[in-house]
Amino acid sequence: MQNKLFNKVKRFYLFSLMLVAVAILFSFAAPMQTASASGGDVHLDKWEGSVSDLDAVRNGAKTFNKYCLNCHGASFLRYKNLVDLGFTEDQVKAEFVPEGRKIGDLMSIAADPAEQKVWFGATPPDLTVIVRARGEAGAPGAGADWLYTYLRSFYRDANRPTGWNNVIFENVGMPNPLWELQGQFALNPETHKLEKIVEGTMTQAQYDKTISDLVSFMVWMAEPQQDFRRQLGFFVLGFLIIFFGVAYALKKNYWKDVH
Amino acid sequence: MAGGTFKKYESDGTMSGALLEWFDKRFPLTSMWRGHLSEYYAPKNFNFWYFFGSLALLVLVIQVVTGIFLVMHYKPDAAVNAAGVPVAFASVEYIMRDVPGGWFIRYMHSTGASAFFIVVYLHMFRGLIYGSYRKPRELTWLFGVGIFLVLMGEAFFGYLLPWGQMSYWGAQVIVNLFSAIPIIGNDLSLFIRGDFVVGDATLNRFFSFHVIAFPLILLGLVAAHILALHETGSNNPDGIDIKENKDENGIPLDGIPFHPYYTVKDIVGVVAFLFIFFAVLFFAPEGGGYFLETPNFYPADPLKTPPHIAPVWYFTPFYSILRAMVWNFFGLDAKFWGVVAMGASVLVFAFLPWLDNAPVRSIRYRGPLTKTLLTLFVICFFVLGYLGTLSPTPMGELISQICMVYYFAFFFGMPWWTRMDTYKQVPDRVTMH
Repeated sequence: MQNKLFNKVKRFYLFSLMLVAVAILFSFAAPMQTASASGGDVHLDKWEGSVSDLDAVRNGAKTFNKYCLNCHGASFLRYKNLVDLGFTEDQVKAEFVPEGRKIGDLMSIAADPAEQKVWFGATPPDLTVIVRARGEAGAPGAGADWLYTYLRSFYRDANRPTGWNNVIFENVGMPNPLWELQGQFALNPETHKLEKIVEGTMTQAQYDKTISDLVSFMVWMAEPQQDFRRQLGFFVLGFLIIFFGVAYALKKNYWKDVH
Repeated sequence: MAGGTFKKYESDGTMSGALLEWFDKRFPLTSMWRGHLSEYYAPKNFNFWYFFGSLALLVLVIQVVTGIFLVMHYKPDAAVNAAGVPVAFASVEYIMRDVPGGWFIRYMHSTGASAFFIVVYLHMFRGLIYGSYRKPRELTWLFGVGIFLVLMGEAFFGYLLPWGQMSYWGAQVIVNLFSAIPIIGNDLSLFIRGDFVVGDATLNRFFSFHVIAFPLILLGLVAAHILALHETGSNNPDGIDIKENKDENGIPLDGIPFHPYYTVKDIVGVVAFLFIFFAVLFFAPEGGGYFLETPNFYPADPLKTPPHIAPVWYFTPFYSILRAMVWNFFGLDAKFWGVVAMGASVLVFAFLPWLDNAPVRSIRYRGPLTKTLLTLFVICFFVLGYLGTLSPTPMGELISQICMVYYFAFFFGMPWWTRMDTYKQVPDRVTMH
């Protein structure tokens, strides 16, 4: 009996050890992949917002609508989905739905992708799931950090057709649509740091908050049901824990005569 | 056991009894129930490793059922919609957002794909450590290898369907491998794609394979796998033939009816499995970027090659072997030998029953040599899998070459090293730990 118990504990211990080893292996794999995918280590600022902070998400939705939705589509999202954020239908109709569109329509844009390609050198990507795509291999959470950093890293560059460049996305086709808020920066070729050359209407802190909220919206937009998904997860796992007890007791009862 | 003959059911005079009798005269209902469940005697000493067979069946059911609902909304169409997004890609996001509960069904299917391989790899490992592949269960093992091959095809075809960047370029790379075959290669890869590049024709035929052809083969092989198993009876962690010790009624002394004993036990395994499965599904549906790869959230773009193309994690050990082969033997391109090595690394499992010369089945009665070599094999498999997810580096290439050589040496050396090992006396009866 003593020996049996010892064996059980030993095997459980060995198996746990194996799981830990595999977990360590994979935790090593994740950051290495990110580094290899982005071709060098780019420092990303951490996005500290939350998709559950609906005030921030609503604020981000307004910024997105005003500054992003002219060139980029969000063509998997519908205007009426914004009601989930706490807007009323009337607010969505008044503030978001353009002339001639219905509230049930997808938030796609009227611009012709081919023309856009001529203007920017590349068609601006659809942004609905860009947060998930920008996670890059191995680290899905990194997409928000990337966007948060990217949108705060534009600088003036006379060599680019649009007059703009970006520190973490070299020779990007996109100009900074938020320059009036952020101001304009230049890249110091010696220090490789950004230096402000034109003041914007916002302070750095205000601008960071605006971008953080915008990223919050984009995180929400990539998977609007994600908060519900997590909530449901607790119920399902809770049920399974209880069910495990029942199933285990049933098994014990049936097996009591097997030696 | 399963092959035994059972008396036909005789009515007890009630209405339902009469109905059952009528039915049983025309269909082997009660004999199937008894032969495969209530009077199929399984060894009583199954341990943790024996959960994964029933779990593989569970995941198969999950994949089939969720797949049926996905097909109702998914559109295999590579054309670009009004918003400039491929229809197939957009239809997946439509399922995720506009179909009620669609996100749940889709995550079940995408998590299920990885879960399938985790469960199947553990199931195969069980066979490896307890010698389940050995006589008289060679055919069960061969059907199993067939299932694994078909499963790989099924996963590969399915992975193209979301029509993301990694779907597209992964398929492009893998189909191009066939072009490495001398003489017929180029025509063969063209034949598979149905076009000069992966395109709408490819998407449609992969859809057809994924939802009809391969599931049919898979279900047939799974039935054959279970039938063959029930013909010989299950192996067990001691590797003992329980049929050698029977009572006066011909029932193995160490056997217990599969139902209810193992049905109630497997429910415990199912609940534990579902706990992990749903923990991933609800809290990390991307599986850390391994179950749903982040580049696949970009729609497929034939003009933009991603910087790093890697197959999904469950193919990476074999992909590593493909990449490790860099030598041009006999004037043939290294790429061709890579394909040969990759194919061989999967098919070699089929030869296990005839490579193993050990006098015992189970690892419990094998010596230190087997234990060491098997441990090294598992480590090599993990290392190859890990390296397959990374961009190629000189160091990675060298390590994967060492692992590849060991991988094949393990199998091809088996007839000799299994003779060299020392073995313990196998007891007459199974042991309960």
